[in-house]
Amino acid sequence: MSAKANILAKLRNSLAGTQPIADDYDVALVTEPWRYPAGERISRLRQLMEAVHTETHLTTTTDWPALVERLLAVRQLPSLLIAPGTPHGAQLAAHFAGRPGLPVLKAYDRPVEEWKAELFDDTPASLTGTLGAIAATGSLILWPDRHEPRLMSLVPPVHFALLKASQIRDNLYEVMQEQRWAAGMPTNALLVSGPSKTADIEQVLAYGAHGPKDLIVLILEDA
Amino acid sequence: MSQRIPAVEIPSRELKHNAHDALQDRQLRGNMRKAMDSLMAKRLASMPDDFEREHLREMGNHVRARALSQLPDLLERLETNLTRNGVKVHWAETVDEANAIVLSIIRAHEARQVIKGKSMVSEEMDMNHVLEAEGIEALESDMGEYIIQLDHEKPTHIIMPAIHKNAKQVASLFHDKLGEAYTEDVDQLIQTGRRVLRQKFFEADIGVSGVNFAVAETGTLLLVENEGNGRMSTTVPPVHIAVTGIEKVVENLRDVVPLLSLLTRSALGQGITTYVNMISGPRKSDELDGPREVHLVLLDNGRSQAFADGELRQTLNCIRCGACMNHCPVYTRIGGQAYGTVYPGPIGKIISPHLMGLENTPDHPSASSLCGACGEVCPVKIPIPALLRRLREENVKSPDDPHKVMRGQGSKYSASERLLWKGWRLLNTSPLAYRAFGLLATRLRGLTPNQLGPWTQHHSAPKPAARSLHELAREHLEGK
Ligand code: SF4
Repeated sequence: MSAKANILAKLRNSLAGTQPIADDYDVALVTEPWRYPAGERISRLRQLMEAVHTETHLTTTTDWPALVERLLAVRQLPSLLIAPGTPHGAQLAAHFAGRPGLPVLKAYDRPVEEWKAELFDDTPASLTGTLGAIAATGSLILWPDRHEPRLMSLVPPVHFALLKASQIRDNLYEVMQEQRWAAGMPTNALLVSGPSKTADIEQVLAYGAHGPKDLIVLILEDA
Repeated sequence: MSQRIPAVEIPSRELKHNAHDALQDRQLRGNMRKAMDSLMAKRLASMPDDFEREHLREMGNHVRARALSQLPDLLERLETNLTRNGVKVHWAETVDEANAIVLSIIRAHEARQVIKGKSMVSEEMDMNHVLEAEGIEALESDMGEYIIQLDHEKPTHIIMPAIHKNAKQVASLFHDKLGEAYTEDVDQLIQTGRRVLRQKFFEADIGVSGVNFAVAETGTLLLVENEGNGRMSTTVPPVHIAVTGIEKVVENLRDVVPLLSLLTRSALGQGITTYVNMISGPRKSDELDGPREVHLVLLDNGRSQAFADGELRQTLNCIRCGACMNHCPVYTRIGGQAYGTVYPGPIGKIISPHLMGLENTPDHPSASSLCGACGEVCPVKIPIPALLRRLREENVKSPDDPHKVMRGQGSKYSASERLLWKGWRLLNTSPLAYRAFGLLATRLRGLTPNQLGPWTQHHSAPKPAARSLHELAREHLEGK
């Protein structure tokens, strides 16, 4: 018999004559303690994210490219990785177009194998969109895809994330239901709740472990 | 100076001896006390509402129990959905089988370098040594795991593997092993780790990770972490191999909601970890990154034995948060390495006998004061103290007991001890014998020994009173 058959046979034998325990999932318990008035969602999200060293900015659908430009200048970042196939990637590219002297916009438009060394060694920052955020835990929701690949939000040391204020929800359960996650998960889905960190040495918190050292969230108030 | 116990020389059978040594290690005790105090305080601060905490623990217990009550079906459903998503699922009854599967995948890719996210199941498999023996580099990328691997140690805690070391010790280690300038600055130490490991993520042929929850409904592997090394290990290398125990499956995606909240708050006092990484398949043909192959190895390794007994099955509720360790007075004093098992502390004492046999963990069920702290904090309400008592019973079962529950049962059985207890029962159930014994014990109290084995190492020897309570009461009632 195969390992699979053996394992399953043992488990089935142990369950002989028993019934599965009924599903008594308590929706209220995972939602009620985590509800916020609409007006407080943004402030709670910012407060939680800033507590773990995230930088947040309130901006608008028209102003954000200029804000990115300023933030890049403040940090003296020479280039920014963008997803040209996304609306926000295109908007930023349009804002930068024809203006020499600005940081270089790099497009993630080919398989990682073709430019892995450059991604790791010479890509100081990236900009991605988000699917929304969760006020309860201060988390961004990212579903990387063909246009905005997985490594964009992981390898560059500085990660800019765009968040539409209208897409901030109260809690994870609500997000899963509303966005119908169970009906089809992408290859990779992520909750990101700050820049990478570790407390593995004597419980002293240090930021910039393996992922981004800086996470900068741009909240679009009018979107 | 802190004593380092080399990994290869820690037999789990030496628990008593190891504990004795560990108790003498002031550095270790100081490091552990400080860390555990802080972890306990953080947990409580993140769960301030008694109602919410206690009801959520109850719910966590129900979610896990529901999954286990249909475990074989859920495992098959998980496999079906993962396979549909393009993930290759493998089954292993033993760690040898699991290692063989991993090796065969590595060989098929002619891989030389493996980068590992944190995985306790890979520790069960002793994967690093198995791969090294085959000439394959297996490097840990979790900062804590990396530190202890550099020092040839085993993890001392399931969440914080290097919790027994302080910054000075890490500073010396990085200085000696990596040739770095000596610094006790934690930020700088972490940046050193980041620099070294980034290169390894870049080069690695294969990434290995564990799994926190495997969702049957969607075929999703969920990984929880703060550092990003788990994301790196599962996203950068062209092949990702996840290894996990067969008990890690949950029924529905929504079941993850209470468990995730319980896990991160119980473990670290965090409402959520920096990253919750949900992997449902390899790179699709039009995607630009991610592994082209994803494998899941499902390991039994004694879990089906625990599963077979309705009471012991609760051991498999565990979501590996480490809270029981943080609250354990024994663990805090002796540290994780003294146990000589992959899983230390209370959870280690109830799971290791199934993974390794009671014959190899004979003292583990007894290494507890049964204070109950572990059971009180366990987010999925495993009755750890009750399971410890149960394992103590299994440990002294007679060899001819027809009821076979677990490997190594009866490993502490002693015919003379059994006889002693039989005599004791007789004494206490027969009034005549009891009185005769009472009379002898009180009248001959001068003859009781002063040395009573381990008891008199730390206590004075018990001496019966001159007259028993019975006698005194009788005299009193008779008005004497
Ligand atoms: S037994 Fe309970 S407290 Fe201990 S690690 Fe497992 S889930 Fe956490």
